[in-house]
Amino acid sequence: MQTYYCPEDLSKFPTIGEGAPELWKKFSEWYGAVFAEGALTEREKALIALAVAHAVQCPYCIDAYTQTCLEKGSNKEQMTEAVHVAAAIRGGASLVHGVQMKNVIEKISM
Amino acid sequence: MQLKPFDKAIAESNLYPLTSTGINTLQVNVGRPCNQACRHCHVEAGPNRKEVMSKETMELCLDILRNSDIATVDITGGAPEMNPNFIWFVEECVKLGRHVMVRSNLTILTEPGYEEMPGFFAENLVEVIASLPYYMEQNTDSQRGKGVFQKSIAALKKLNALGYGIEGPGLILNLVFNPGGAFLPPSQKALEADYKREMQKRYGISFNKLFTITNLPVGRFLAYLNSSGNFEMYMGKLVASYNPSAATNVMCRNILSVGWDGTLYDCDFNQMLGLSINHGAPTHLKEFDLSSLSNRQIVTGIHCYGCTAGAGSSCGGATT
Repeated sequence: MQTYYCPEDLSKFPTIGEGAPELWKKFSEWYGAVFAEGALTEREKALIALAVAHAVQCPYCIDAYTQTCLEKGSNKEQMTEAVHVAAAIRGGASLVHGVQMKNVIEKISM
Repeated sequence: MQLKPFDKAIAESNLYPLTSTGINTLQVNVGRPCNQACRHCHVEAGPNRKEVMSKETMELCLDILRNSDIATVDITGGAPEMNPNFIWFVEECVKLGRHVMVRSNLTILTEPGYEEMPGFFAENLVEVIASLPYYMEQNTDSQRGKGVFQKSIAALKKLNALGYGIEGPGLILNLVFNPGGAFLPPSQKALEADYKREMQKRYGISFNKLFTITNLPVGRFLAYLNSSGNFEMYMGKLVASYNPSAATNVMCRNILSVGWDGTLYDCDFNQMLGLSINHGAPTHLKEFDLSSLSNRQIVTGIHCYGCTAGAGSSCGGATT
């Protein structure tokens, strides 16, 4: 193994079902239903997935949902803004913990 | 890379052998010269191409129209307007009472010597099918060349001013989207709504319909797939996205494609691959026989997966 992440592995995802076929079947059906057109459009869901893929830093998901977003009609500007949303939440989540830091400082400082 | 042969895929859909269901459109490629040299062009058209349909070959096309009830003439290229006999050919088709569609790259309408072309289209009720791969400049120019977008917008405004693409005069202006890379086109309906909103908001331009067209692995797009290392991924995607309904509705079943030299093909893609009509049907305008051509078996290849992927693809956009 040259690297932990291989692009070819993405297409092998269904082989995960070999160990637990019933669970894989349920996951696949649920996954398909999640991304079907509903109160949100397929395009909106793909943009959310792209943002989450960046938040969880999954290279497979980034590869897959970059292609999906393009095929749902999103453009680079919209996709970049989605990534910024993910980055802002991640950055904000770090920064807001600064309040914890301040609380500790206040508690132990004279 | 092992891909399932296309004939096997259509056999599994009970469509083999794929046959014509009757010819309602004569698609005439009047030549490969073009003022652009787009990166995705399956014709590999450009300013240096020399293949131009002669007036004699156009006469043969008109003879076919006179002796058949083929309703529509779809004129393509290259930039078809650059054929020296283009105006005459359109006028003759119109005199025969046929609906004429012209596939224009738009920028040619802004070039010196072609300023009167939009007016000519309007006078002859020509349906204009215009390439515009995106409603934003950067995406369009990266595929079609620097400056193409602004010229395209200027041409579209001129067409709108003549009554094209607006309610009332009945002058049809349809736009064509094709993906700017190795991915499938979006939903035609959803993207048309985006185009209509953005083209009106950004540029004050209106049009009738948007056609989404899949890039086929032919010509310059094939070269791009190979040079960028995307061929296997893209072909895998096309094969995995095979849609039996789209296969049923492929355009080759009701058009006949004519090359610049009068050779007959099942479609413009086969034309660029040099795959003329086969299976016993006539292969040249001089041997035209409506009966046998209307029942001919279509010549297929691995590239045909481009027309059967997802929502399907044709010169008129999605097919399902």
